This record gives sequence, C-alpha cells and structure tokens, in this order.
Amino acid sequence: MTTHALEHREVGGPLMTPAYRWLLLVVLLGALTLAWRFVNGIGSVAALNNGYPWGVWIAIDVVVGTALGCGGYAVALLVYILNKGRYHPLVRPAILTSMLGYGLAVIAVACDLGRFWDLWKVPIFFWRWSHSPQLEVAICVMLYNFVLVAELAPAFLEKWAKSSNSGLASFSQRTLKVLESGAVWILALGMLLPTMHQSSLGTMMLLPGPRMHPLWFTPWLPFLFLVNCLMLGYAIVVIESVFSARAFRVHHDDDMVAAIGRVAMGVSLFWVAFRIGDAAIAGKLPLAFSGRGWFFVAEIVVQLAGALMLATDAMRRSPMWQVRSALLLIAGGALFRVNTYLIAFQPGAQWSYFPAIPELLITFGIIALEVALYIAAVKRFPILSGVTETSSRSHA
Amino acid sequence: MAAAAVGVSGTMVPKIVQAASKGLKPSVIWLHFQECTGCTESLLRSHHPEIEDLILDLVSLDYHETLFAAAGHQAEAALESAMKANAGKYVLVIEGAIPTKDGGIYCKIGNKTALELAKKCSENAAAIIALGSCASWGGVPSADPNPTGATGAPMVLTDKKVVTLPGCPANPYIFLGTVLQFVTFGTLPALDDKGRPLFAYARTIHEDCPRRPHFDAGRFAQQFGDEGHRQGYCLYKLGCKGPATKASCSTMRFGDVDAWPIGVGHPCFGCTEKAVGFRIPLHETVPIDRPTPPDTYPAVGAKQGKVSPVATGIAGAVAGALLGAGWAASGKLGEKSDEKRKED
Amino acid sequence: MKVSRRSVLKVLAAAAVSTAASAVPAIARERKVAPAKAIGMLYDSTRCIGCKACVAACSEANHLEPDRSGIADGLHLAPVDLNGRTKNIIKFCQDGEQQSFVKSQCMHCIDPGCASACMLHSLHKNERTGVVEYDPQWCVGCRYCQMACPFNVPKFEFHKALPKIVKCELCRHRVQDAAVAGADGFTRYPRGQGPACCEVCPRSAVIYGSREELLAEAHRRIAESPNKYYQGRVYGEKELGGTQVLYLSHMPFAKLGLPEFGDKPSPDVAYTVQEGIYRGFIAPLALYGALAAMVMKNKKSAESGDGAKGGRS
Repeated sequence: MTTHALEHREVGGPLMTPAYRWLLLVVLLGALTLAWRFVNGIGSVAALNNGYPWGVWIAIDVVVGTALGCGGYAVALLVYILNKGRYHPLVRPAILTSMLGYGLAVIAVACDLGRFWDLWKVPIFFWRWSHSPQLEVAICVMLYNFVLVAELAPAFLEKWAKSSNSGLASFSQRTLKVLESGAVWILALGMLLPTMHQSSLGTMMLLPGPRMHPLWFTPWLPFLFLVNCLMLGYAIVVIESVFSARAFRVHHDDDMVAAIGRVAMGVSLFWVAFRIGDAAIAGKLPLAFSGRGWFFVAEIVVQLAGALMLATDAMRRSPMWQVRSALLLIAGGALFRVNTYLIAFQPGAQWSYFPAIPELLITFGIIALEVALYIAAVKRFPILSGVTETSSRSHA
Repeated sequence: MAAAAVGVSGTMVPKIVQAASKGLKPSVIWLHFQECTGCTESLLRSHHPEIEDLILDLVSLDYHETLFAAAGHQAEAALESAMKANAGKYVLVIEGAIPTKDGGIYCKIGNKTALELAKKCSENAAAIIALGSCASWGGVPSADPNPTGATGAPMVLTDKKVVTLPGCPANPYIFLGTVLQFVTFGTLPALDDKGRPLFAYARTIHEDCPRRPHFDAGRFAQQFGDEGHRQGYCLYKLGCKGPATKASCSTMRFGDVDAWPIGVGHPCFGCTEKAVGFRIPLHETVPIDRPTPPDTYPAVGAKQGKVSPVATGIAGAVAGALLGAGWAASGKLGEKSDEKRKED
Repeated sequence: MKVSRRSVLKVLAAAAVSTAASAVPAIARERKVAPAKAIGMLYDSTRCIGCKACVAACSEANHLEPDRSGIADGLHLAPVDLNGRTKNIIKFCQDGEQQSFVKSQCMHCIDPGCASACMLHSLHKNERTGVVEYDPQWCVGCRYCQMACPFNVPKFEFHKALPKIVKCELCRHRVQDAAVAGADGFTRYPRGQGPACCEVCPRSAVIYGSREELLAEAHRRIAESPNKYYQGRVYGEKELGGTQVLYLSHMPFAKLGLPEFGDKPSPDVAYTVQEGIYRGFIAPLALYGALAAMVMKNKKSAESGDGAKGGRS
C-alpha cells in the first residue's frame, strides 16, 4: 500500500438510504411532539412534576448529551496541550460530534425551558447575573456553541472555497484566513469553556444539598464531572472512529484508536479510584449497598468492566473490544450523570417520575436528528480524513 | 322584618313609621306587563308589615291593576292624574316583561303598548323598581324562542336607573325593604352592576345554604327519592343552581312560611339569574366558579407523579435494543478486523 | 505510538487546575442574617383547627385558578399539595395516637436555595422585608429553583403553554402602606394588606409580624407551657440558617413534612465550591492564558508533522 498525504474529504454516496428514512421518521415524530409541547405546555407531553422538575430532557439530553459532545474537547486536549499531533485526524470528526452533542443539548434546553422566550435575556442582562452555577453553565454553553462553529467552519469553508460561485468562494477564503489567524485563541477557548461548564454541571447538583443522596453529594462533584466528561469524550471518539471507518469505509487506524482507548481506560480507572476514595474518606461507602446506593455500585462496576476489556494489548487493538469497551464506558459514565441528576435527587418518597412516551419521543427525535445530521455532514463535507473506499481497497 | 332586610337597626323603626305617618306617603304607580302576577300575590301574603299597612299607611298606591277597585277608563284616568300630581316624586314599580317585537304589540293596556307605558310612566318617576325576574331581565316570557321579544325594564329604560329585584317571584321583603328605605330616607340601597340591591343579592345561595356541610363533605343526593335525598344531602348533583345564583333565599325565606325550594328537597332553579333561570335545563349542573376546600385533608406524604408502565416498557426495550445492537455490531467488527489483519 | 501513563495524568492535572480550588474552601461562606425588619409568619399546629379558611383566602387573594384535582368530582378547592395553582395548603398528619394539621407554604429562608439557583435574580430576597419574591420577567422557566429548594416549595405551571413559577410571596402584592406596630404588639399592615392566610385565620394559628417578634412570641408560648411543644423548639429558628416562617408543633416536625436538615444553609456547599473556583474570575483567566500558550507552542507540530506521519505506514 502506498503512503499518501492524509486529507479531509467527504465520504459521498447516496444519502436517502432506507435506514436514513427511518431515522428521519423518528425525527419527524419528535418534531411533532415538540410542536405539541409548545402549544399545550410541558405537562401535556412530559411526566415531569413538581417533585421531579427535571427529567430525561435535562439528565440525558443535556447532561449526558454535552458530555458525549466532549469528544472535541478531549481530543483537543491531547493534540494541543499534550502535543500528540498524531491524533489530529480525529479532531474534525470529534468537533462535529461535539457540535451535534451540544446542538442536542440546546434543542433539549429549548424544549425543557418553560419560559424559553426569555432566554435571550440571560447573556444580555449581565448586571443581573447571579452566582448560580447554572448561569455559568448557560453562558459557557452558549459561547461554546459559537466556538464549535468556528472550529468546524473550515470543513464547510474549504468546500465552498472551491465553489464555482465566486462570491461564496472569496467569502470562504477570507473567512478561513480570519479563523486561521485567531485559531490559537479559539482553540484555547474551546478547551477552557468545557472545563468550566462541565465542572459546573457537577456544582449545579450541589445546590439541592440536603435532598441529594450522600453518595453523590460531595464537594468533588465538579471534578468528578470534569474527568467523567473527558472519559466519555474519548470513548465516543473510539466508537465514532471505528463505526464511521466501517460504515464509510474510510481509513481506519487501529493503533490510533487503541491508543485513544488506552487513554479512555486510564481516565476511567482514575475516575473510579477517585470516586471510591472520596466516598471512603467521607465514610459513605456503607451506603453503597442499600437502596439507591446500588446505582453507585452500578456506575463503578460498568465502568470497570469497560476499562478491563482493554486490559491487554490484543484487546485494545480489536475493534470489537474497542467498541464494546467504549459502549460500557459510555454506559457507566452516562449512568453517573443520570444518577446525579435523577437517582440521587430525592424530593421525598411520595414523588415518582418516569419519562412519559411523548417525552421519550422528543428525546429519541433529538438523538435521531443528531445521527442524521452527522451522516449527512460526513457524506457531503470534508470531515473524515483518510482515503475513500476505492483507493483504500485497491491499495489494500 | 322589612327594616331588617335593608339593614337598619331596631331603633330606626319608629323613624320609619314616623316618616310614613307624616302624611308624606309617596305615590306608587304599579304597572303589570307580561307576567303571572306572582310577585303581587307573593307580596299580598307578607306579614311584616302586612300589605294593608303598606298600602294604607305607608304608601299611596295610586295605580295597581290587581288591587284597584276602579276599572276601564276610570283606572286610566287615575294613572294620568297620579302622574301629573306627583310628577318627579312617585315610585314606579314595573312587574312583568316588556315585549319589544313588532313595535311591542303583544302587550297592550288601554290601547297603549307596554313599551309606551313604561317609557311614559318612567319619565317623571323618582325611582323605578323592576319587580321580579320578568321585569328585571325578561323572565319566563323571554325564554327561548321568545316569540314576543320580551325583555326587562332596564333594557328598555336604558337612560334611567332601574332597581331590579329578580326572583320568581321576587322576595317581598326585598321589595318592602327597598321601598321603605326610599320612603324613610329618600335613598336607594347600594346596587350591583345588574341593579340588584347588594343587601340581598351580594352572595350566592350556595354560600349560606343550610345543606352546605353536605356539599363540603361530598355527600350528595344522586337522584330524587334516594337515600341521600331522604337524608337531606346536598342537591347539587340533581341540578341545583345555588352555586351560580345570587339571591337571599338561603337566609331570608319566602312569605313567612320558611319554605323554599332547597328546603323542601328541590334544587335551586336559579330564577334570579338571567344566564341561569329558564335557560339552563332544570337538572343540569352548573360549574362552581370559586370552589372552597372540602372537609377532607391531603396527607403530608400524599403520593404524587405517575409512572406509565407502557413508557417504562418502551424505554427499557429501546435501551436494550440499542445496547444489544451495539454489542452485536461490535461483534461483526471483530470478524472484519481479523480479516483485515490478515490482509495487513 | 503510545500514550504514556504520565501523559494521561497530565491531562487530568490540566483538567484539575480549575477545580482544585474547590478542595480548599479558602474562605468559608459568610453566614447570612435576616434583615432587621424581616417579615415572617408563625404557625402553631396546636392552635390550628384545620378549617382551611387560609387555603380559600390564599387562593382568592392571589387570584389563583382553583385546583380541584384532589377529589374526583372536581367541585372543591382540593389541592393535594402545593402546586402551580396552590401557594398555601393545610395537610393532615396522623401518627398513632397523635394527629395534627400542618400548613405549608414558602418558608422564606434567610439563605434561600431557590434564589441561589436563579440565574437572573428572578427569585430574590427583598432587602427590607426578607420576603423571597418572584419576578416572572427574569425567569426562563428552568426550574432549577425547584431542584434547589430544600422544602420543595416553588411550583411550576406544567399545565400552561406560557408558564410561571408559583410560590407564596407573603401577599406582597397586597401591601400598599408601610408596616407599623399593631395593637396586638406585632408589626402589622393595614387590614387587607397583610398575608391573607394570617388575616383570615380564626384562631390565630398563623400570625405574621417581624421575625424577631414572632420568635419572641414562640419562645414565650414554649415557656408558658413547657411540655406542650415538641422538644420545646421553634422550627425555622436555626434550620438551614433560619427561615422567616416559624413553626411550633406538638408532633415531631419530620412527621409534618419539615425534615431535620441541620443548621447549615442549603446553598453552602455549592457556593463554597463555585466561589472557590470563580472568585474574581482569576482561575478561569489564568487557565485560558495557560491553554493559549500551550496551543501556541504545540499547534504547528500537532497539525502538520506528527499528524501526517501518524496517518498510515
């Protein structure tokens, strides 16, 4: 096989496959339910209640969604801070998943906010800002969305720069130059903001204080959330690079994925050790084996299982184990977040909550939209790097 | 009792009698239109004061078709002269609805339509009282399909202040109280936006109903003659309009016999309310605008929030399917990878 | 190509920079005190007869849409709990031989969790009266206040397309004149301007006044009948840093839905952490500078040399 310069390119191929149509159907169902919610209020679609004011929209779509969107952040840390340039090919697809993950969160927030029409006031009326950790999250996430756009924009601008439309082409070229000159500051911001808001997502759940299960009520919650989002970020990059490599038959570097998996494993093990240590020092470990404490056990066991799948070098190199491990790491990591936002929150024994069907439809719709957009983006824009199927196969 | 109705104390009674006996008896002109004369009949059976005291000592009843000795041209002449003699001082009482369709030809007295009479007699009246639901807002004659275009005095005499005393019949003590206040003080009682004296129409039947404890306890008669009905339970579910009807029936009974519909086991009909009486079917229930607490209590830890088993199933199935699919798909990867490794 | 253990730790170390401060709560959070003229309420369960006049009066005074959900036929004002249509409720509690009514409404904490959660001070404490007030115009409906309130008080209008938060504001909309010393020795507004529940209560089971007066009154009652009240204690005097609504009861407070929280204000931990990290915004700025410097140093090699070589061999 010949060595050739690596470049970003679109995957191509037909977009409207049968699977894609199914995906769009789920999106449509979600959109219809969403419309219903805006006409008739949150209570008409969701099982949310005054005891559990936050449900899956926040716990899964926002809290887990943004963490899954930390692929860009996690890889950028490797590439730009630890100077591991070999991971650079992963940056662009990771940024795309980040953008979609955060986009998911934004849609979910718009859906969940009762008075969404007043949201614009939050960044504008800065003299009314409080010390609420949620304000920090809100401002950071809003900013971060712009940063993600700026980071991903080259993927689109590169294509448009070659466009036959001279206006569009020159605009794209100019914008690319501007982005290039400010790249350092944009990249740094792209790492600063997730550090801030991912930790604040943890701080947020310190405020319910006495209503939190002690196992999740630790001042280290922000740190746990931060490390957790890195772990989820690496895990999602593993899955994403393996699956897109298969699905689109683009170049796939097992070594690189193995190395990322190793990072994910390391971060995960560190997190588990820290989590247990923190609980042990605070003397809360005995609580783990009763009632909701079992969810604490579950988040640790699932992550440990995921991490141990990558114990040997051979397993780390097998895409099957890479994916299985990443799936478990994601499940365990997401479980920690859902636990913190739903399970550990105890408004009282008289309250119960489980998402209603329309509520789930909206969540499924948002996720399906994300997947659909991802597929469309990589098929039509230069995001994935490597060689296309034909050349890859012919050289193989 | 009539003095009590307008809310004057016992010490005021001599003053009322004194004012009435000073010979300042105000002239009363009483017009009958589309009606059943039930309001007059009801008045005739009141005892505090007796009707004879009223019409002989307290007021000068100058025209009243039911009680008149005179008839025909004599009676009409009496009306003319009374209006002339007491211009600006007489009290006009209207009993019955006024038909407005086809120029008001469906009710004529002395060859004049009710419409003409009402307008003419109200011109120089010191006070106008619409007695009963018919005069107040149309009453029975205005019920659907209302072939004569019957309506109440306030709707015809739009430029005048009309005191309305709806009820079918109107409670005579509300009437007497209003008249006596006017006789004694020359004033009219405070009125609500429909011209009804607040002393009698400020609250709903429901608010002072003797069956109210049954309502609060959720004890209802479900049908006529059932056990609950015999026990004297609340009649709301039989169609009682008490919660939507402002009237004094539950505190001030009719005709001194202490009998009234709810008292004898029949739901309130809502006769004083234009929107209710003769409009809403007898046994249909009305909404309760501002409900009050029942006599039960929620527990401190009352269960709240619901979990749909269907949703739980679907969520479980989807989560399971996704994990399973991921697992299965990753299995395929493994195979492919092996092939590839061989290739490499 | 390997990622060394050391570099993994480096990632974590970099990530920990901004959160590390949380471990060292350098400056303990200042304990808040109630404003001098703080208005509060005192509820005495031994006086309450459960007539619910306060429930009806509250509903009317606050122009709330009646909640009929508690009883199937929907004829009564019958809420099950505080909710989007209910700011005040009387509940019943039976525990063996003992039974009691209990009134629930906003506790008007001295250091309220809800106000700490609120992004634009839509929920805030009135500087003069200490009443926790709600201004819908600054509310985005995020419901974080509901998460943050230890007493589960702020409620949301889930049934509306254009919802608001609903909670007791001590009938502040009725107040027109300043409060003065009343004939009964308590701070009073002119009749019709005070909290509707207190004004309507036939047994003065719930009264209002300044917090100091009410606290003195509560202790007077306890001193008067030492064995009457549970633990001879005023709930809300110290709980969660103190509340402006105080409770006296003959039953354990926990049974009445008033958990034993301890004396630490509920936002304490969250604030110590948050302020530890963001004090003066120094740590984030320093981190930004450090990140930018490292990006500048590594960008070239990261994007060209190393990256391309890693492609395929």
